[in-house]
Amino acid sequence: MKYIVAIIQPHKLDEVMKSLEDVEVNLVTVSNVLGRGRQKGLTEIYRGAKEVGSLLKKIKLEIACNEDFVEPAIQAIIKGARTGEIGDGKIFVSDLYEVVRIRTGERGGKAIG
Amino acid sequence: MDFKNQEVRIMNSGDTAWVLASSALVLLMTVPALAFFYGGLVRRKNVLSLLMQCFIILCVISLQWILYGYSLTFGPDTGIGIIGGFDWVGLRGVGGQPNPDYAATIPHSVFMIFQCMFAVITPALIVGAFAERIKFSAFLLFTILWATFVYDPLGHWVWGMGGWLKNLGALDFAGGIVVHTSSGVSALVMAILIGKRIGYQERSFRPHNLPFTVMGAALLWFGWFGFNAGSALAANELAANAFVTTNTATAAAGLTWALIEWQQHGAPTILGAATGAVAGLVAITPACGFVNPMNAIFIGILVSVFCYIAIAKVKAAFKYDDALDVFGIHGVGGIWGTIATGLFAEKAVNEAGANGLFFGNVHQFLVQIMLVIVAAVFAAVMTWILFKFVDALVGMRVEKKDEIIGLDLTQQSEAAYTVIE
Repeated sequence: MKYIVAIIQPHKLDEVMKSLEDVEVNLVTVSNVLGRGRQKGLTEIYRGAKEVGSLLKKIKLEIACNEDFVEPAIQAIIKGARTGEIGDGKIFVSDLYEVVRIRTGERGGKAIG
Repeated sequence: MDFKNQEVRIMNSGDTAWVLASSALVLLMTVPALAFFYGGLVRRKNVLSLLMQCFIILCVISLQWILYGYSLTFGPDTGIGIIGGFDWVGLRGVGGQPNPDYAATIPHSVFMIFQCMFAVITPALIVGAFAERIKFSAFLLFTILWATFVYDPLGHWVWGMGGWLKNLGALDFAGGIVVHTSSGVSALVMAILIGKRIGYQERSFRPHNLPFTVMGAALLWFGWFGFNAGSALAANELAANAFVTTNTATAAAGLTWALIEWQQHGAPTILGAATGAVAGLVAITPACGFVNPMNAIFIGILVSVFCYIAIAKVKAAFKYDDALDVFGIHGVGGIWGTIATGLFAEKAVNEAGANGLFFGNVHQFLVQIMLVIVAAVFAAVMTWILFKFVDALVGMRVEKKDEIIGLDLTQQSEAAYTVIE
């Protein structure tokens, strides 16, 4: 089992959700986050004073899945989120030790999907 | 103010209805309009402190006004035009009968309550300067003292029967001097004395809710019709002129600010348009009952130019932290409006007024300049004294830790927004 965390551009969320659906990865947790990377913030102007944002709005996706779904999920996220510009985001994949479905008490691969 | 000495002293229900409605409109300018205009501009941890300050001023000054403020400002002069007496303390003798010195066709109490709303909003304007760092107790004490020792005397000088500036022929239709120059200059003094917010010009200070600010600005525009057109104190052609010039100058100023930003930064902002509109309202305030609508356009265009320079250039150069630009908008706008009255005023608009410089009357222009200087110096000196007094008594500024946590939690013990329901 793997735990996938992806940081993407907010405006690419719909496309990523669509491409994840296409490879039958349907269980995703989504949150609004702030982050800092190589991409510079947009300049905002308040009464003539410039504010350059150091933190940018991003979307974080969290996906827990069995081994078979890891590569399709990664490819789906790339397909949906990639523009080729700085700021497209990152995907982090790590081993997942345990999953428990609260309703039934099932554990491991059975509980994941 | 329309101080026409009318011979006929008959109460007029149309006039009375209009001034009562105008009083309610001016109340709305303090809460919610100004409160939300300011509340949206601060960080989320301080929004309630601004709403609270505006709200409590409405409570406190309403009482101050009927207890003794109205008497000091408009009561019979005590001798040389400096202050009204105590004759009308507790509204003694201020009732249903009109007072022809001020408004011959409406009950005296209606004139009094209309003026009450002006006394309320004026100190409320100042709170934007020391936003996000003042101790609530200090703010409250300062506000009561400021109303008593700055607003009431200045109001008497310019508007009260026997006031020395009124006797010199000063023109201030709805409060460019008494309300805006006085509060704007006092705000600058307060901002400098209380010092910068922690992290000012090092970290970003983004407005936390611009929709609040835009809603506040729009409600200010709406309420200002009561402020300006209501100052005719009658439902007549002068009120109509004030209404039209107010809307015209405001529109010109809002558009101008947006265009300046577009040219300077490549994008017009809604904060800029709203800021410009408020500056336009300020500038037309002293002039609205003396100038014609075409000249109101010039007043509106120029106020945005002056206020933009004051806020984006002068404030940046001198690095004072007038947090919400009270001086930049009300001080600069009020001063410009008062001077503009001395340029564009014409008797063709208001027989009881005077001609300005552009209509051949240099004298009026000089009177207006003197009016600005007197009001600015008086407000600055008195505010400096009151600051030192209150600071010595209770301490003006919150502790550093409290400032970082935010005034909502540390001064009001409540929070505007929950994270989890």
